[in-house]
Amino acid sequence: MKAIADRRHHRLAPVLLLLLALLVTGAVYAALSPSATSAEAPSESDIEAGAELFRTNCATCHGTEAEGRDSIPSLIGVGAAAVDFQVSTGRMPMQATNPQALAKPPQFDDEQIAQLAAYVASLAPGPAIPSESQVDPALGDPSNGMSLFRTNCAMCHGAVGKGGALTDGKFAPSLDQTTPTQIYEAMITGPSNMPVFNDANLTPEEKRDVIAFLAEQKQGSPGGTDLGGVGPVSEGLWVWVVGMGLLIGCAVWIGAKAS
Amino acid sequence: MTEHSSELSTPGAGAAPVAARPAGSEVTLPERFENPGLAPHRDRVADRDPAAARGAARRIALLFGVSMLGSIGFVVAYVAAPSDGTVTGVRNSTLYLGIALFLAMFGIGAAAVQWARTLMSDREIVEARHPQRTSDADRAAAIEVLRQGAADSAIGRRGVLKGALLSALALAPLTVAVPLVGEVGGTWNVNAFRHTLWKKGTRLTLDPSGRPIKAEDVVEGSIVHVIPDKLRDSEHWIEEKAKAVVLMTRIDPAVLKEAPDRAGWSYEGIVAYSKICTHVGCPVALYEAQTHHLLCPCHQSTFDIADGAKVVFGPANRALPQLPITVDDEGYLVAQSDFTEPIGPSYWERLK
Amino acid sequence: MSRTASGAAATADYLDQRTGVGLVVKNFARKVFPDHWSFLLGEIALYSFVVLLLTGIFLTLFFVPSMGQVTYEGPFAPLQGQEMSEAFASTLHLSFEVTGGLLMRQIHHWAALLFIASIVTHMLRVFFTGAFRKPREINWLVGFTMMLLGLAAGFSGYSLPDDVLSGNGLRITDGVVKSIPIIGSYLSHFIFGGEFPGEAIIPRLFTVHILLVPGLILALVALHLFLVVVHKHTHYARPGRTERNVVGPPFFPVYLAKAGGFFFVVFGVLALMGATMTINPVWNYGPYDPSPVSAGAQPDWYMLFLEGALRLMPGQGTEWVIGGYTLSLNVLIPAVVVPGLLFTVLALYPFIEAYVTGDRREHHIAERPRNNPVRTAVGVGTLTAFVILVLAGSNDIIATHFGLSINDITNTYRALIIVAPPLAFWATKRICLGLQRKDRELVLHGHETGRIVRFASGEYTEVHRPLDEFERWPLVAHEGRRPVELLPAEDERGVRRRGYRRDAVRARLSRAFYADRVDPVTPAELAAAQSHGEHDAVAAVESRHPGELPVGSHVVDDAVPPTEAVGKHVADEPEVRLS
Repeated sequence: MKAIADRRHHRLAPVLLLLLALLVTGAVYAALSPSATSAEAPSESDIEAGAELFRTNCATCHGTEAEGRDSIPSLIGVGAAAVDFQVSTGRMPMQATNPQALAKPPQFDDEQIAQLAAYVASLAPGPAIPSESQVDPALGDPSNGMSLFRTNCAMCHGAVGKGGALTDGKFAPSLDQTTPTQIYEAMITGPSNMPVFNDANLTPEEKRDVIAFLAEQKQGSPGGTDLGGVGPVSEGLWVWVVGMGLLIGCAVWIGAKAS
Repeated sequence: MTEHSSELSTPGAGAAPVAARPAGSEVTLPERFENPGLAPHRDRVADRDPAAARGAARRIALLFGVSMLGSIGFVVAYVAAPSDGTVTGVRNSTLYLGIALFLAMFGIGAAAVQWARTLMSDREIVEARHPQRTSDADRAAAIEVLRQGAADSAIGRRGVLKGALLSALALAPLTVAVPLVGEVGGTWNVNAFRHTLWKKGTRLTLDPSGRPIKAEDVVEGSIVHVIPDKLRDSEHWIEEKAKAVVLMTRIDPAVLKEAPDRAGWSYEGIVAYSKICTHVGCPVALYEAQTHHLLCPCHQSTFDIADGAKVVFGPANRALPQLPITVDDEGYLVAQSDFTEPIGPSYWERLK
Repeated sequence: MSRTASGAAATADYLDQRTGVGLVVKNFARKVFPDHWSFLLGEIALYSFVVLLLTGIFLTLFFVPSMGQVTYEGPFAPLQGQEMSEAFASTLHLSFEVTGGLLMRQIHHWAALLFIASIVTHMLRVFFTGAFRKPREINWLVGFTMMLLGLAAGFSGYSLPDDVLSGNGLRITDGVVKSIPIIGSYLSHFIFGGEFPGEAIIPRLFTVHILLVPGLILALVALHLFLVVVHKHTHYARPGRTERNVVGPPFFPVYLAKAGGFFFVVFGVLALMGATMTINPVWNYGPYDPSPVSAGAQPDWYMLFLEGALRLMPGQGTEWVIGGYTLSLNVLIPAVVVPGLLFTVLALYPFIEAYVTGDRREHHIAERPRNNPVRTAVGVGTLTAFVILVLAGSNDIIATHFGLSINDITNTYRALIIVAPPLAFWATKRICLGLQRKDRELVLHGHETGRIVRFASGEYTEVHRPLDEFERWPLVAHEGRRPVELLPAEDERGVRRRGYRRDAVRARLSRAFYADRVDPVTPAELAAAQSHGEHDAVAAVESRHPGELPVGSHVVDDAVPPTEAVGKHVADEPEVRLS
């Protein structure tokens, strides 16, 4: 104790104190902050909390009753699935006007997203957030999934979901970083310019098959690096850069006079 | 520094005299520079120093050694890492075999090239070129030989003989060409392009499962890929599918614009169009739900589904043909008839 | 004699007694092959062709060229139980179950892309150095034909696995063929044996791909190399090389080692690429069905110029109906007219240039591109147009990677394809003329040494080191050419000469080719410049400031040259007279 007191005027003392304070604050926060909620039925308090979040963050564009205006869509009837998708991918709240809302780091944590979803779902019936078994890739058939993906999805998202261009600066994004839940939700709600795939068009089992197919893509390519997975254009680029580049370099070496 | 006068010459410009020779010089300069001949040979290190030459030889041998390691490594990889059908297994097998092959080949190549560059004599040899043209004497001899041959052939002034020869030779290839060309085209039935499998009452079904579709199941903003009912039962189902694929969606009737003569072709905002692009035939399938634009990924032709699928951008010229639809008594969507024009890309007799 | 030596001698004797091969060995073994890296580009093409043959043989032992439908029961999960053609199924089997199968497939496809890339590079080298001039016009045509055959081989090859991507490519081909007036729909039946897709196209492409095209290429390769031997290879204007000799190392052993070694180098690089870089992953595209299509629908790179032309062509107002018959210019122009024009001009260029320049001599010196500004500018302009079309064909990939609107990109390229090639032509020509002027300055002034000498009077001068004759020769070896002269329209009696108008056009073209030119330095100019030496000739300065040099200073370079070039308008003397 005396040793510490003797050094209380040391010039590093404030630094040490600051570090200590930060540590204590962090520990207290970690101990007292609420943990991620499990998927329970939303309680009344969830809906109220969601309503409060909505009023603060969403109502300026979507209206106080979520009725929308001008080109901003109404959220009545979009369901919990739409909210979960848009907010968990960070597309909402939208940051700037672009040809389409861009995915970015989400602004809310899981509990807040669940609350927002509960509030919007309470306005009118709509697609619900899928259960874990509905989006479990292990339960799906990747072969049927590829067949469905090929017909319904590949033309926008690319053969293995690396993304593709739409008109006027819009695009179908890469699905590399998209979770199974988000994929399901996107199919059922049709965000932005993506069409809706209701359960009559793609049954829930078929949706799970698509998810299983996309999960298979995480293994990478059996041929080495996939060069972006966008097809012959990148192959053509690399044959010139790597192939001709290396070989012209070798040709120069062959023709150069040795020392 | 003073400005340099322009060196650009244009014909007809006033010809300035050639720069005067320095006063008092006796030497007549040649009009152009002369070739100085081969530059003196510069020795390489290995030419002069035997130790360096031995070092170079060792390095070359080392490169051959790397190649040998590669070849052996290839056989080892072949046995130890075969293709097992899994993605990672195949990737590893390809990688090991390929790296080994690279070492095996590149090693030999690098060794041979280094040998040529560092050890082999690099003295240049000069060889004369001769004009390609044969000498006049030989040409005359060639002409003479041909003349003698022509005289021997007794073709002389026999024009009928020459004509007959050429005619026979010209006709002979017909014996190969005619059946070859004639049989290659199958039935040659170009009218087949006009008709698809769709008929009055054919149900619209999902592609590829074949499930029939109820009108109430088609929601606004969705896209449904459609094939005719019982497509797989037809004899040439792939050829029929290539003409019969259809894209269907439901559009808010307030937004949907319909031509007066097509008023009955949709059903409560559900419209169906041919999926084959009228440009050069790719499936046009990128549907943007909010703009109602349909984009073809091949050459970016864009069609407005809310307005008769007319072209709004890109190289296509014609709107997509529309399939007239309605519902049957069970609520399933059916076609009213075949398309009223040939689907897909244009061809010469299309409108005839 | 050692055992090997006597064995070799016996074999040689055996062969010679039956074939007379000794004479060939005598004439050929020490044949001279000029040695420059830019002469190895054609070899990249040759060696990638050999690699294609070797890997191709491997592939033919496993590939089944049939469109009969089977159910896949192999190990690749996303396709298990799916219906597909035997061609596609055998490709999957080769890729996933045959050890080394995927490696061979990937090396084969990389080699195909490299084959065409190296042909184009080699063709550009031949073009820009004027190596197609007499007597090599025929060899240019042979090479041009091989390029077309290479395109055919590539197209037929990547269509063989019958996957969705190449299948849609075949559909586009069908659409293009159908657009041809009168015969289009019959041609479509001819190619596919009936309606698209039919069951004949894969087996037919297989025959084209492994028999007809390689056979023709092999024959033309033999002719191409034979002509190179007969003409002897060109060489650059270096000391010792003239139009009447050929200088370089002998075939045996040096060229054999370098060229033979290069084959193994090319094979090695292709193996490295096949080992590490995925190409044509048909298992991702799926078996061909007329319904699906994926984003990023492009052919291999060498077809992108056609793809780009198809994408850029506007559709409005470009399809006409004449007497009930449909004429689709929106397809015909980009897919038939544009490549037709490009290939025709390419094939005929040597003859066009010979006509315009009136040059009928043999040429064996390869020119530096800067010394023929108009030809170089024409080449760069055409290349610019080609590259714009390739980029236009990739517009959706560019849009997604750079966050741009595909419509804006397309419209930009539509403008650029008109504006950029003439701009590139003009800029290249000016750059060539500028580079030629730089060469003149170098010859007349020598190298700047960076040593500044200051005199007591305050004058500064930079010392220049003159070029020795070996350094100078490449810069002065080319000749200043003159346009073809146009003889008067009427003869002495006032009778108009027949063919005058045609000659006038030719003379105008010839002037366009040669009017702006920079002539090489002549010995007279160099001598004149030296005698006029002022600023940077130390000796001259010294003579003006006698005794003023700092004590102990060291003035070297007594042969220091010149300052400014003297005006050099030499009287125009036409070298060729018309009529």
